[in-house]
Order: sequence, then structure tokens, then C-alpha cells
Amino acid sequence: MSEPTLASVSDAGAAGSVSPRGAGWRRDLAHHLSAQRGVLVALGLFVSMFALFVGEHPAGFSSNVINTAANKGALLAFVAMAQTIPVITSGLDLSVGMVFVLTNCLASRLMVGEPLPTALGVVAVLGTGLACGALNGALVVLGRLQPIIVTLATGSIYFGGALWLRPAPGGSVNEPFADFMTGSLAGGVPFSVVLLAAAVLFFWVPYRRSLIGRAAYAIGSSEQAAFMSGVSIGRAKLLAYVMSGLFSSLAGLLLTCLTYSGEANAFLGGGYTLNSIAAVVVGGTSLFGGSGGAVGSIFGAFVLRTIGDLLFVFDMDPLWQPLFLGAVLLFSVGLSSLRLLRVKSRLDLFR
Amino acid sequence: MAALFRMEGVTKHFGGVRALEDARLECGQGRIHAVLGENGAGKSTLIKVMAGVVRPDAGTLELGGAPISLDGPSAALRAGIVSVFQELSLLPDLTVADNLFVNSAPTRLGIVDRRAQRRLAEEALARVGAADIHPLTPVRDLPLSRRQLVEIAKALARKPRILVLDEATSALTAADAAVVFRVLRQLRQEGLAIVYISHRMHEVEELADDCTVYRNGHHVATFQAGSKRPNEIIEMMIGREVESVFPPRPPLRPAGKPALAVRDLGWAGRLKKIDFSLRPGEVVGLGGLDGQGQRELLLALFGALIGVTGTVEIDGKPVSLSSPRSSGQAGIALIPEDRKTEGLMLPMSVRDNLSFAALDRLGRLGIIDRKAEASAVGEAVELLQIRCDGTDGPVAALSGGNQQKVVIGKWLLTRPRIVLLNDPTRGIDVGTKQELYQLLRSLADAGTAILFYSTDYVELIGCCDRVLILHDGEVLRTLEGDAMTERNIVASAHDLALDAAVGEGAG
Repeated sequence: MSEPTLASVSDAGAAGSVSPRGAGWRRDLAHHLSAQRGVLVALGLFVSMFALFVGEHPAGFSSNVINTAANKGALLAFVAMAQTIPVITSGLDLSVGMVFVLTNCLASRLMVGEPLPTALGVVAVLGTGLACGALNGALVVLGRLQPIIVTLATGSIYFGGALWLRPAPGGSVNEPFADFMTGSLAGGVPFSVVLLAAAVLFFWVPYRRSLIGRAAYAIGSSEQAAFMSGVSIGRAKLLAYVMSGLFSSLAGLLLTCLTYSGEANAFLGGGYTLNSIAAVVVGGTSLFGGSGGAVGSIFGAFVLRTIGDLLFVFDMDPLWQPLFLGAVLLFSVGLSSLRLLRVKSRLDLFR
Repeated sequence: MAALFRMEGVTKHFGGVRALEDARLECGQGRIHAVLGENGAGKSTLIKVMAGVVRPDAGTLELGGAPISLDGPSAALRAGIVSVFQELSLLPDLTVADNLFVNSAPTRLGIVDRRAQRRLAEEALARVGAADIHPLTPVRDLPLSRRQLVEIAKALARKPRILVLDEATSALTAADAAVVFRVLRQLRQEGLAIVYISHRMHEVEELADDCTVYRNGHHVATFQAGSKRPNEIIEMMIGREVESVFPPRPPLRPAGKPALAVRDLGWAGRLKKIDFSLRPGEVVGLGGLDGQGQRELLLALFGALIGVTGTVEIDGKPVSLSSPRSSGQAGIALIPEDRKTEGLMLPMSVRDNLSFAALDRLGRLGIIDRKAEASAVGEAVELLQIRCDGTDGPVAALSGGNQQKVVIGKWLLTRPRIVLLNDPTRGIDVGTKQELYQLLRSLADAGTAILFYSTDYVELIGCCDRVLILHDGEVLRTLEGDAMTERNIVASAHDLALDAAVGEGAG
């Protein structure tokens, strides 16, 4: 039996994307970097915007400035994380903002009193988020319904629940707990950032690296090919929406700690839903599914939040905020559609 | 021989179309079993049954002597039946390593052990001679031939008992295919049962132990490889009578300047050096195996592809076909392959669908002239004998054959000089087919030049003045006159020599 000739020699088209084995860590790093390009772009955007903000701020790099910015950003960041996972499966969750509002109202009733009832309240709030996500997922998977319309409908139901819990703004919260959640640790690290990091470390990373997390990417990449590969599609989709509900309820919990109260505000819920989609896109996750991740969405959320802060320090009318938000969004989407320049068949533009 | 896998009496209908009737197949351990047949013979359905993708209407499957039911791809994979499909089952956004072990990666406490996966991926790639593919490359960035190797590596990494390969080497270079063959022989030695579908006769001769021929969804014969000559096998694959449903061909070949002249056309390595011309009044067929570049050629001429090289002349004048719109204005019409997505707007009315491509001509200053539209639509309905209850109802309510007539009528209203047809008779009934054949001939008689791709060889012979056989993106041969026989088309498509009795037509 003769030795095979090195296959790559005969395949000129492969140059650039393949290499001889053992080219080492440098090549691995290049692949890892290119896989994380979306996150890096969002991170770069955020760092430069935030540096500008802190530089121009009259109080400068103070713990107070950082903490306020972190708390505002963390709310949207959690909702954006919630949006990311359904989007990865090429779905969409229009109920994230409403789960956020519902859990806020629930927390303003339950997270009160002694430490033990407060802790039980926290569990109930997170459990409600999980249940909302599970309902969304079950309807999408078992009902074979389109995610966008399922979550539009359930979002409305969740908001109904929020109104029932809190017909008028009010309620209260265990204040020492709330102050701890929204305060800073020694050294000026905002606790909300620690909370985000913990969510990434204990929920997102294990999910991303599990087989069921990989299944979510597989489904978003090509549901048919995933099916043919024996991926259990129903379970993966269900878990995607459950995770979404969990992250939304974390945001609701944090909001309650910031405001000491609950409010069934439809405008707030709708705004967070739309901004979460924007944050996901700015963070490098494709709305077509199959790529991206929650870490990018966190930076995407902070980018969007920093726009408002920048307008403030530059003494510009806050009315400009939607305009800049739209410009940043278009810029990010423009980056992700660069691949269309490589399309060879015009019919592929519609796929 | 004790069969490892046995399938008996398997029948599958899709709507009214019979894909498989009383099909059977037996594969033994340590054997490579080739399944042969023309386009549409039922081979693909057969292996989809094995892969659990298609559930048969009737019949039994046995694995190792015990009956088994495969109610999904995961059930087939669990049973050790692993298939490599023509349409790749890879996930474009995931890396090669993640694809290879998409749901079988080594894990620790539920977390994928990426280092172990990386090692396994390198082994799996090396096994199929693709050690040069970096496991962290996203599949999207690999060219088609490399993806096919990844697909094969993925199948092998699942440690199959039965390996099914459907045209798995069609996109490979000769060197890569040689490596894959070596692996297949080795797997045979290890006791795997391998089912191998290929249109390349020499591959079958080289590899197979047993052969089974399918035709029209029926099992024709199973025999030991080498016991029959290739010509006999082709006879078995054709084996049917040509019904005379075709209009008579005009005795005189149309002469004159070509309406369409194509020189040295190429696209993305999938179309190469294509040269031909079409005269007014001529019907030219595109033949060959499915997927040898016929569709791409039609799309290139219709301006749907980017980066097409070479020149195209219409009536002797060079034209640039940069979009379907400019091709339409140059007088080219394409009857697309998939009428439901590319040809029709299903919820819209028959009238809107018919007049859509010709609205430029039917309006003034951007306003549609309702009267002109109504008369043009009426003419089309009359000419094509479209059976519909008025033209206001949605086109979705029509039968398949009548829908196809609407697609054709839509383009005829633009009064094209050159008509390209992409397998227009697929899935329509015999009566409508005959009407379409008549229509093609009368269009040609009126001076239209027609380029006609069909996967049905009988149709090509019946309708066309000449047939170009495409192979791997090139025009391999041009058959005309007496050389245009089914035997010659099939032989050419499989890149075999022609019958000695008849020669090739002049290009």
C-alpha cells in the first residue's frame, strides 16, 4: 500500500484556512481570536467610550461614578444575556423585558423582612423566571410555534401577572440586602459587576461548554443538519428559553434592589426587550443564530448604556440618545454583514 | 452469508409519487455493497430509510437478525448505522472539532473536555488523510471538498457497524478519494458493512463486493461485483420503453446565426470552459448526472451568480449578465427549479403571478394598465391551457402542473428570445408533461432558442435537437441525431465510452 500524497497539495482552494499540523499555539490563538471577534469589537467599543466618559466626567474615576454606571449597565446586561441564548438557536425572546418587570414586582412583595424570608423570596423570584422560560420553551418546542409570536403572547401574560401583583408602584425590599447588591466591594469593585461575572462563570461558561449548549449553536447554525447529526433539538431549545428566564429574573431582582420598589411598567419592559436585541447584535451575536455568546452581549449592553452617559458629560441634550444608539447599532450590524461581500451566488443573499 | 442488515418489502410514497416499491437490500459484515441506479431510481430514499430520516409506509428492517424500527436519525445512530449524505450534515458556524463530536464529545462533569476532543479530532482527521485541516477552523471557511472529508471523518468517529455513503466522494479530488478508498477497504477488513452509492462506475468496480441495481423505485437485481460487464449494468439501470409522448421533431435543422453564444464560461471552479451556442428555433438539452453544474450554468446565464468569467453574446453582441433583471431585459427567461420558492408568489393571485415579470411592458409611468394586463394574462391562460377558476384566486390553489404552467406563462409574457428551463417537469403528471413538450416545440418553431435541463433522459431524447452532457462542470460531450440514445447518455454521464455503432455528434 502506497503512502497517500499530502491531500492539501491538490487542493489550492484550501489555502489560508488549513495548515500543516503542529504549527502550534500561534495558529490556535488566531482561531480563538477570530472566533471571539464579535466580543472583542464590542469590548473595544465599550472601553474607548467608557474611557472618554470617565475622562470627561467632573468627578473622574471615582468609585461612585463607576458604581452608578455599573448598576445601570448590569440591568440591561442581564436582560441581554437572557436574549442571547434564544437568539443563538435562531429564535427570539420578546418576553425578556416582561419577565424582568414581573420578577421586579414579585421581588418587591417577597424580598422583605428577616434574612430567611428574604432568601426564600430570592429563590421564589428566580424560580418564577425559570418557570416563565420553561413555559416559553414548552410552547416553542411542543407547540412547534414561532418563538417571536409565542413570546409576544406570553410576554403580555407575564405583564398581566405583574399588574396583578403591583397594580400601583410601591412595595419594599430588605434594604441592607439591596444596598449590598448595588454597592461596591472593598477596592471599589461594584457588586453588580461581581454578580455579572458570577453569572458568566457559573451559568454561561458551563452551559457554553456542555453538549446541550453546543446543541443550541448547532440548531441555530442549521437545524436540519443538527437533526441529521442526532442532536436532541427539543431539549436544547427548551433549556435555551429556561436559561433566558433565569437571566431575566436576575435582572428583575437587581432592579428591585436599585429602586427599593416594584412597578408594572409596560414601557420599561418593552424598552428593555428592544434594547436587549440591540445589545445582542452589538455584542457580535448573529440574529440568524449559530454564533456569538453572552459575554459579547454584556459588553453590547454596556456600550448602549454608555451612550447616554457620554451625552451627559458632553452636555448634550438627552434627546440625541436614540440617534446615537441607532448609529452604533447600524455600525455593528454593518460589520457583521461584511461576509456578504464573499457571496458567489446572488440567490444565497436571500438564504 | 448471514446478513448484518436486511431490509425487505419496503415501500414509500410521497404524495402520489412512488419512491420505493417492495425494496430490499442485504448487507453482510466485511462487505462493500454498491447500490446503482439512474436519477430518481429510489437510491436516496432507500438510504434515507436506513438513516431513519424517512419512515417507510410498509416493510421490515432487521439488524443482526432482530427486527428494528428506526424512528429518527438518533435511533439509527444508536443502532450503529451512520450515513454520509450528499447534502452535508455539517454545522457551518461550528468548528471542525465541534462538528466531529457534536453530541458525542468526551465530557467531564458535563463539561466538554476540549483537550481530549482536540486530540480525538486530530486522530479522526488524520485517519481520512486530512491532518492538514486545523480542528479549530469553522466549517464555513472550508472549501467543499474539505468539508466532505470532515463529513466522512465525522461518520467514522461515531464507530459505525454499518456505514452508508451516498455520493460521498463526488466532490473529492482524486488523491483525497484514494485515501478514502484505502480507509474503506481497511474498515471492510475490520468487519464493517458498507453501503456505497456512487455514479462513478470505475469506483464501483474498484471497491464493491456486491452490487444492487434499482430502477423506478424497484429492486432489479443483486449480483456479485465483477460478474457483469458495465454495459449490462447500464442496461439494467435503463430497462424501460420509451413512450412516444413527444411531438415530432422538425426534419430540417434550423440554420442561421446563433441567438446565444457562450465562450469559455467559468464560475467558482464549478463551471469550467463552457462553450456552446443556441440557434433560434433550436431546443438544446443539458444532460448528465444530477449536480454536475447544469443548474449553475442556467443560473449563470440568468445573471444570478457573482464572478462568472467568459463571454456571452446574444445575437452576436456581447452582453453583461449582471442580474436577473438585466438578463430579462436582454431577452432571457429562466423557468426555475423550485416553483414554490423561486417561481411563484404562492398567496398572490394567478393574474398577479402571470403579469409580474412583464409589468415593465404592461404599464406606463409606473402605473399598471389593467386592460393590457388582463388581455396579456388571458392570452397566457389560453395558450398554456391553464385550468383555473378565474385569475383572481391564489396560485397556491392550483395543481402542481398548472402552477408550473403559470411559472412558464409568467416568463412567456416577457416575450423572451431565449428560454432556460431547469428541470420543469419534476413532480407533474404525464398529461401536463405532454402539453409542456408541445409548448416547447411550438415556441421553438416560432423562433425561440431553448436550453432545457432535465434529470429525465427520456425527456431529453424526446424533446431536444442536441444534448450537451455535463460532467464536473464541463461539457463532456455533445450528442445529436442517432447518437442521442438513452444508453449513450447514461454511458456519457458515467464517463464511459460510447457504443461503437454510433459516433459523437459534431459540437
